[in-house]
Amino acid sequence: MSSTTTDTMGQYWELEPHHHPEGASTSLGFWVYLMSDCLMFAVLFAVFGVLGTSFAAGPGPKDLFDLELVAVNTAMLLLSSITFGFAMLAMAKGDKGGTLRWLAVTLFFGLCFLGIELYEFAHLLHEGAGPQRSGFLSAFFTLVGTHGLHVTFGSIWLITLMVQIMQKGLIPANQRRMACLSMFWHFLDVIWIGVFTFVYLLGMI
Amino acid sequence: MATFSNETTFLFGRLNWDAVPKEPIVWATFVAVAIGGAALLAVLTKYRLWGWLWREWFTSVDHKKIGIMYVVLALIMFVRGFADAVMMRLQQVWAFGGSEGYLNSHHYDQIFTAHGVIMIFFVAMPFITGLMNYVVPLQIGARDVSFPFLNNFSFWMTVGGAIITMVSLFVGEYAQTGWLAFPPLSGIGYSPWVGVDYYIWGLQVAGVGTTLSGINLLVTILKMRAPGMTMMRMPIFTWTSFCANILIVASFPVLTMTLILLTLDRYVGTNFFTNDLGGNPMMYINLIWIWGHPEVYILILPLFGVFSEVTSTFSGKRLFGYSSMVYATVCITVLSYLVWLHHFFTMGSGASVNSFFGITTMIISIPTGAKLFNWLFTMYRGRIRYELPMMWTVAFMLTFVVGGMTGVLLAVPPADFVLHNSLFLIAHFHNVIIGGVLFGLFAAINFWWPKAFGFKLDVFWGKVSFWFWVVGFWVAFMPLYVLGLMGVTRRLRVFDDPDLRIWFAIAAFGAVLIACGIAAMFVQFGVSILRRNRADYRDVTGDPWDGRTLEWATSSPPPDYNFAFNPISHGLDSWWEMKQAGVPRPTAGFMDIHMPRGTGTGVILAALSTVCGLALVWYIWWLAALSFLGIIAVSIAHTFNYNRDYYILVSEVQATEDARTRQLAQGA
Repeated sequence: MSSTTTDTMGQYWELEPHHHPEGASTSLGFWVYLMSDCLMFAVLFAVFGVLGTSFAAGPGPKDLFDLELVAVNTAMLLLSSITFGFAMLAMAKGDKGGTLRWLAVTLFFGLCFLGIELYEFAHLLHEGAGPQRSGFLSAFFTLVGTHGLHVTFGSIWLITLMVQIMQKGLIPANQRRMACLSMFWHFLDVIWIGVFTFVYLLGMI
Repeated sequence: MATFSNETTFLFGRLNWDAVPKEPIVWATFVAVAIGGAALLAVLTKYRLWGWLWREWFTSVDHKKIGIMYVVLALIMFVRGFADAVMMRLQQVWAFGGSEGYLNSHHYDQIFTAHGVIMIFFVAMPFITGLMNYVVPLQIGARDVSFPFLNNFSFWMTVGGAIITMVSLFVGEYAQTGWLAFPPLSGIGYSPWVGVDYYIWGLQVAGVGTTLSGINLLVTILKMRAPGMTMMRMPIFTWTSFCANILIVASFPVLTMTLILLTLDRYVGTNFFTNDLGGNPMMYINLIWIWGHPEVYILILPLFGVFSEVTSTFSGKRLFGYSSMVYATVCITVLSYLVWLHHFFTMGSGASVNSFFGITTMIISIPTGAKLFNWLFTMYRGRIRYELPMMWTVAFMLTFVVGGMTGVLLAVPPADFVLHNSLFLIAHFHNVIIGGVLFGLFAAINFWWPKAFGFKLDVFWGKVSFWFWVVGFWVAFMPLYVLGLMGVTRRLRVFDDPDLRIWFAIAAFGAVLIACGIAAMFVQFGVSILRRNRADYRDVTGDPWDGRTLEWATSSPPPDYNFAFNPISHGLDSWWEMKQAGVPRPTAGFMDIHMPRGTGTGVILAALSTVCGLALVWYIWWLAALSFLGIIAVSIAHTFNYNRDYYILVSEVQATEDARTRQLAQGA
């Protein structure tokens, strides 16, 4: 084969070996997933916007919400986001033990958040303000509950990832998973700030 | 009317012997399906095909095989959806002059619901997803999609949704609500038994697959393009697929959440869409159309891409106005989110809101019109070859324009008040969906079949199918425009006015013609498969149509790895340029190729999801909980598998490519 044809060939076919970084698409893919999840919350916020004052002669936000409790709850979730940040910093330093410790702290705050939320739900149900009572309460329970379910799944994922880091260490695959879970966790924080503002704070005005 | 009871037992929920339909039509269908199914299973067992199917197909993460499986699913479901259509046509021509026809209202209402749901969710969607799956990675010069396992899982979730929907035919009932299940009719008060629950869980299981597949293809197009292929060098089908997948990712979550809210209303007793306690049924109708209108463009955009590829290939010219085609596609993508309210102008939102949505709707016809002119100008002074894909494309242009114009008529709110929910609307959307989506899919099948299987489809039977289909479509649906203008509303089961009957008779005759078209299509497949080794059918070059884009640069069918070396793009129509430049095919210097490994996890997860969906339909709570826990456990277990890839060794690549070299020499 003459050298000119090899040259044209080389212009149109990648003849030299080259390395495709593994998992290069993962973070973009996960971003896109998060945006689709964000749309699900957008629907729930829109529904709350429509039904937020449909009390059906039942209790409204001022009768039900305990802002101090919700503030503590918010603090738990925000703290868990900071500690996840610390876990990521420890991972960047290659500190496996530190990563695991900060993940454990994150899990602790996450579980505290879930515990307080469940306590709040139990309290509302006890008051007779369940999701069946009015359009407002249906929208409230579904929005806050969907967020809570996300935190629950995030916690299950976090435990799974801790086990995997213990087994395999901070290998690239696990680092990628950490990056995804971290985005997921912060995303839930952002959603919660929306919930706190539009559901709780605006509801109390 | 089936007798039903919502009394539950622990073991079987509300499932009992009364759930088996008592109607002879359903029984006859069941017997036919059972015999056919048993025969199929027997053949598979006799020829020991189970292991082959499982290893080579079901657990494959190869985008080409998954694409083909999607299309097979779509074709199977198409037969079911068409059977529903024929039953409706028969009932409507029968039930005149005091006759009740042959379908009672409970049965008839299920049929029109199932027809719509199946045709959109389990025919059109898997068809275009399969097409995009097969063609897009090849067109961008990639070896697979970004997330191959997710691709397999998405496919099986779609199958799971289809299974849930099909089970309703023989166990229980399907929804009697129309394809979008508007509340309060779809609420627990008016639809107390399992029909709407089958609808919900069928769509939810399939919806997971659709959303994930949308994310997958979107990322694939952004991240996996061949070196040199900038966004404005992407083949136009890849562009339209890209926009369709953006629409999927940005609209299916809305459907998912809307159906979750309906589920909560039905299962938990919340008040989202109820008439009392603060619920708001119109909120459902807004939400479902916020998904529903983009869905229309999810269906049509990829086919606009197909028509563009076909027109330019068979006119032997570069596509006229490539950039304007891209911008038109992007405009349609954005505008498709701003028109949803035109589906219910009659809601009473007032003149200003209706005007806004009427105008945005009419604006969409501008980029669409631009596309049509681009196709015409591509054909202008082209050396047009009227092969089957091109015939379908011309039929599309003529048919779709009429559908588009009746769409603009419906976009005028005062006209819509008259035509809303009439057969005029039915004629309009069948005009665009059959004339656009279906004709496009047939063009695509005829165009890419040789690529997928290595032989062309039979032209004679293709033409028979074409003419029956095109004529059949016009005969079947033009009468519905007339009836709609006369004020006949959709979904009616019996009629009083004998003057209407002739139009229904013509429409029914059209349905018969379409049935012949479908039969001819299957004959076409069969004949072509039998003659696949004949020289005039066989495609040894990999480029049977003198194509322009990269999928024609590899063999037909392509090897597992698609391309032994990554192609480099220097402009639009990369393969055409390579041919012009006389670039020789590389025959040596191959390397090991890194590929994803097949896995059965997708099948298992989808099977568990299907069981979970069916358990929820029937209130079998223990089974629902168990299968849900199973889904979580299998998912977690899957993440502990880090060994997900393998290398195709250079020796195997060399052998495959040498075989191709010999084949090319033979063909030349």
